Amino acid sequence: MSSPAATYDLGNLHGGLRLPAEKAQSTASAIQSVPIPNQLVLPIEQHVGEPAHPIVGIGEYVRKGQLLAEAYGSLSAPIHASSSGKVVAIEPWPVSRRLGRKAPCIVIECDGEDREAELPEETVPFNTYEPESLLQKILQGGIVGLGGAVFPTGQKLMQATTMPLEYLILNGVECEPYISCDDLLMREQAAELLGGVQILMYALALTDCFIVIESDKPEAISAIGEALAELNDARITLKQVPTIYPSGGEDQLVQLVTNREVPSGGLPTDVGCVVQNVGTAAAIYRWICEGEPLISRVTTVTGPGVSSPMNVTARIGTTVADIISFAGGYTAGADQLIIGGPMCGKSVTTDSVPVVKATNCILVLNKASPLSDEQPCIRCGECATVCPIQLLPQQLFWYACADNEEKLRSHGLTDCIECGCCDLVCPSHIPLTADFRNAKARIQELADEKARAERARLRFESRNERLETEKQVRESELALQKEEALKAGPAAIEEILKRQQKKQDQDPED
Amino acid sequence: MEFKRRDAPFITPTSDVASIMRHVLYALIPAALAYVWYFGSGFILNLIVASIFCIAGESLMLRLRGRPIESTLADYSALVTAALLAFAMPALTPWWVTATAALFATVVAKHLYGGLGYNLFNPAMAGYVVALVAFPMHMNLWTAPRMGDIDYHFVTIAETARFTLTGSLPDYLTFDAISRATPLDIVKAGLNNMQTFDELRAYPMMGDFGGRGWEWIGNFTAFGGAWLLLKKIIRWQIPFGVLMGLLIPASLMYVLVPGVNPSPGFHLFTGGTILCAFFIATDPVSAATSDKGRLIYGFGIGFLIYAIREWGSYADGVAFAVLVMNMAVPAIDYLTRPHIVGHPLKKRGDP
Repeated sequence: MSSPAATYDLGNLHGGLRLPAEKAQSTASAIQSVPIPNQLVLPIEQHVGEPAHPIVGIGEYVRKGQLLAEAYGSLSAPIHASSSGKVVAIEPWPVSRRLGRKAPCIVIECDGEDREAELPEETVPFNTYEPESLLQKILQGGIVGLGGAVFPTGQKLMQATTMPLEYLILNGVECEPYISCDDLLMREQAAELLGGVQILMYALALTDCFIVIESDKPEAISAIGEALAELNDARITLKQVPTIYPSGGEDQLVQLVTNREVPSGGLPTDVGCVVQNVGTAAAIYRWICEGEPLISRVTTVTGPGVSSPMNVTARIGTTVADIISFAGGYTAGADQLIIGGPMCGKSVTTDSVPVVKATNCILVLNKASPLSDEQPCIRCGECATVCPIQLLPQQLFWYACADNEEKLRSHGLTDCIECGCCDLVCPSHIPLTADFRNAKARIQELADEKARAERARLRFESRNERLETEKQVRESELALQKEEALKAGPAAIEEILKRQQKKQDQDPED
Repeated sequence: MEFKRRDAPFITPTSDVASIMRHVLYALIPAALAYVWYFGSGFILNLIVASIFCIAGESLMLRLRGRPIESTLADYSALVTAALLAFAMPALTPWWVTATAALFATVVAKHLYGGLGYNLFNPAMAGYVVALVAFPMHMNLWTAPRMGDIDYHFVTIAETARFTLTGSLPDYLTFDAISRATPLDIVKAGLNNMQTFDELRAYPMMGDFGGRGWEWIGNFTAFGGAWLLLKKIIRWQIPFGVLMGLLIPASLMYVLVPGVNPSPGFHLFTGGTILCAFFIATDPVSAATSDKGRLIYGFGIGFLIYAIREWGSYADGVAFAVLVMNMAVPAIDYLTRPHIVGHPLKKRGDP
């Protein structure tokens, strides 16, 4: 039995940046477990799609793993209790998805006992399920993409089964600086991860899988390599890719590994690929084989603003404040709280936001050195050189300033993945990514407005049509009456005229 | 704890416009020293005059346009324009000629188009062309370089300053005694007089490839340019395009019609070729932006330099070539848009 060596592949990805990794401070120690907090805050919307519908009442006692809110609508994911305790409120609470503004959350006061809910059914080996029912089962575990996009995994896989597929790609690239939760997860939970991979391959009936890891994670590569050697599953290949940001984006990874471009507005399944984050695979394994729904995740707590940077396993719903104090609290210089990485993360205004399924990193930065003011674009073209989509950010910026929707579209604004590379190389310090985000929002607004106007137009036209038909009906009825009256002779006409006269007298305004 | 909100990304950029412009100025130092060595202190006086008037023109326009003056001047772009103008001027140039070029460059070519980033034309070249057209006599008075001429007269700083300030030389010195036709002029006139290029190369003004002195300035300029490439301030596409655009037709003509055409080495090392390739054509504002577009843009400039030298009435064509290609930039940019990842490949005739 030979140990599967990591194969090195330099795919065809345009641009990108080699950023300082800043990962060493959080990878020095093993993953630590954050103790049960006093309070858990569980937003009912932790995923792409419709918010989940709460099915518990205030005052109700819930157990760990119990369903709190069920999936609602065609795209949604359920939420489970991450510890035992009493539901004390269902109320708006600051959340990171809305940058610290409030969204409805289920608040649980924990009793610290961590009493587990009874499993609705015994766990059985995954291959006793039919593939379709396995996908249904994944849906019920509340599992969403843990790379940060939080698309409900069950629905993603169901969509994938409708397409001709070739590869399952496990994303262990984690290209953003500071974040190391996937790295540590691969080092410590390689067996679970591979178990998840086998479940995914079974459910999708796939025979080729790439586990893709960046070259700057040798420990993760060797851990996965050893686990693979033990598993001896020839369908799974370990691939090493160079450390270039943003190769961990879903579409970028597909391009890097298969040299296929995901069509604009399309999905990786359009080119025969399904991409899953390594953490998602481990979560699937824990749900299917151990019966534990998605109630905790590995999160990196790091940055110069945190006393002891580390990776933690935290229950979903633990507030960021609790986690920071577990990591030794803030340093004196702490100035910025960011949920996610330094390139794509979102800065929030308060640390009372909870860790949600999407939270891969809690980053605390010191005060940034003041940047010189925004200067005019000198068309140096650096932004175009680093753009992984091969857009022309300097042109887009021009059109965004001019609000030229048509040009923005034809120059691919909607294809921008907001990776932030252009911001970093811009000598004029133009906040390009933020400008593009705003321009996208404006385009969306315009489209909505257009749709509204279109609906109004249709309503107006159908009303006109209705009035027209009514008029025609009335006219034809009148003509009929006239004809009949003519047939009936002058006496009848006299009578009709008299009747009309009477009516006019009663109602002179008519 | 409460925090302020900011927009991603949270990593701050490392480069800025001022540092790019400063690098360009540093890279010009070797060439400047060589220029002073071969042609005397006139370069320094021209540089001072050009700097004063570029900064004055820029300040005036910023004031009129209600823009911040100090922070804009701190981007050093006016000084880069001044330095390029100083290189384009003959060592002995009266101050008003340089001032006209500097004011036209900043006031008209730069700020009337909207300032740095919006100017269609390379300001230094626009200013130079105006001076060339307005003061043709002054712009063609080049002294002999400090080597290669037996009658060489060293023009002292005092004599240079006198000329720069008043436009006249001391009585004991006549222009005929110190001024020489440039190598480009010699070759152009000589070839028109049915002399062969090999005969012309025997002139004392001619060096190994180009004119004596000129070719050394070229070397030092290329040295600075290579440093800019190394520092990633400029990219290789434009210099490569310019050099190929000039050298390919020059080599072809040299080989196909021998005798009556200057060698490609002469084209490379004479006049403003190297300065243009590394410092003038690479001005990002007035150049094309995509990699392919920059190759085309550079090649166009190189070819136009060749065409003007070969068939035009001016001895050198750098400034005209750059200005003409500046006009072509919007079209080049439009036609060389890169393929957006995930979009269907463009076919001929698609918008």
